[in-house]
Amino acid sequence: MLKSLFHSQVALGLAQAAIAALLALLVVFLARRRNIHLESDAAIALVRGIVQIVIMGSLLVLLLKAPRWSSVFLLAGMIIAAGSISAKRAKNVPGAQKVSTYSIAAGAGLVTAVMTWAGVIDTAITSLIPVGSMIIANAMNTNGLALNRFRSEVLAHSGEIETALALGAAPEKTIASYTEASIHSSLIPAIDNLRSLGIVWIPGLMTGMLISGADPLYSAIYQFVVIAMILASSGLTSLLSTTMIRAYVFSPAEQLLLKESA
Amino acid sequence: MNGDAAPVVLRTEHLGRRVGDVWIVNDISLDVRHCELLGVVGASGSGKSSFLRLLNRLDEPTSGTVYLGDQDYRQIPPPTLRQRVGMVTQRPFLFPGDIASNLRFGPTQRGETLPDSEIASLLERVGLPGFAARNVANLSGGEQQRVSLARSLANRPEILLLDEPTSALDEQAKVGIEELIRKLVSEHCLTFVLVSHDRDQARRLCDRVAFIEAGKLIRVGTPEEVLSA
Repeated sequence: MLKSLFHSQVALGLAQAAIAALLALLVVFLARRRNIHLESDAAIALVRGIVQIVIMGSLLVLLLKAPRWSSVFLLAGMIIAAGSISAKRAKNVPGAQKVSTYSIAAGAGLVTAVMTWAGVIDTAITSLIPVGSMIIANAMNTNGLALNRFRSEVLAHSGEIETALALGAAPEKTIASYTEASIHSSLIPAIDNLRSLGIVWIPGLMTGMLISGADPLYSAIYQFVVIAMILASSGLTSLLSTTMIRAYVFSPAEQLLLKESA
Repeated sequence: MNGDAAPVVLRTEHLGRRVGDVWIVNDISLDVRHCELLGVVGASGSGKSSFLRLLNRLDEPTSGTVYLGDQDYRQIPPPTLRQRVGMVTQRPFLFPGDIASNLRFGPTQRGETLPDSEIASLLERVGLPGFAARNVANLSGGEQQRVSLARSLANRPEILLLDEPTSALDEQAKVGIEELIRKLVSEHCLTFVLVSHDRDQARRLCDRVAFIEAGKLIRVGTPEEVLSA
């Protein structure tokens, strides 16, 4: 229906975006009726999402003509932004910003670098940026989930943790089970994505490759490669962030710093 | 009971802790003597539990320090300090599993194995003979608090801090725990610092009492001197 109304692709895209946003806002409205207030979070996320992706699209047009090494700076910028967004899921956790940025940089950066070096990811900007951004975005989500769960676990079990400290246990021992639970739960989406690949969902990358005329079998295998890379970078990010955050949750005198009042 | 001649095992010197702009513990200097049961009483929010948490360095003092014997406790590694100054909290926070594994927890942190005979002896002392294999999920509130006491005792502390250990218990369990504490002081010569909001309990149990108000030490002396004032 929309295609007959809009002849320019940009106008058509904006109309499609408006309908999709309207649908999302309808869900927000339904949630509000159940006293779940997502209005401001959802509105900000929708506006940010459209503005950011349009800026990125415009940047890509410019970057197509830029030298290949310039993609490193763009990916680095993405990592910094991802660290900042992800850290917000760990409200009041000391050091969350630094830990998130370093963990995503190490997790997503290392996997992207190794896979690019091995030739799995092409160094062309049109390949490195989209694939790299997928890896970073998923590392960001995993990190947010891990730190959010870690925060909840520590706050819910501060009594048990301090009891163990009072009995002479080392800080890392007192939170070992909560760290494990955080890593495990943060990786559920990445593992489920891999499990359901081709059955429940056919990701956009594969669809794009098919549209652009790539061999269907290669497209399918490459999609698996990307999802497996996402699992690797997410796992590494989660392991690193939950390990690094320990140094901020306890003082040098082995006192628990993350408490309900913090 | 202990006279002034008993050696001082723990001493706080101008101990204070500030949270935001408020001094929740304010310039407290106090001695704890060998083999005594010192009560710390005060109204809810007076800072008595905050004071207790400074004694095993679960929180960091903003001012002053604590001496364990002659040694500034900041020079003692925290796990060693907390082994020497044990703590029992209002809620027992037992670890999932059986009682024996709870009792082994502390010694295991130092690489020691608590023999079965010692577990049996500890459980005997706290009035739970033969309970070693019981799962902690099946214990009453009073039994849980006894296990918590035994778990702290398994670390062989020089001083045991008790933070309102009976406030979550029914009357019968409370009397049982009080008798147990008294027995541990008289028969085993353990040193206790007991925080309680219950003045009658302090009168019944303590050799000396320190009264705290708005984070400050107001009086310290015998229960009659302090609680009748």
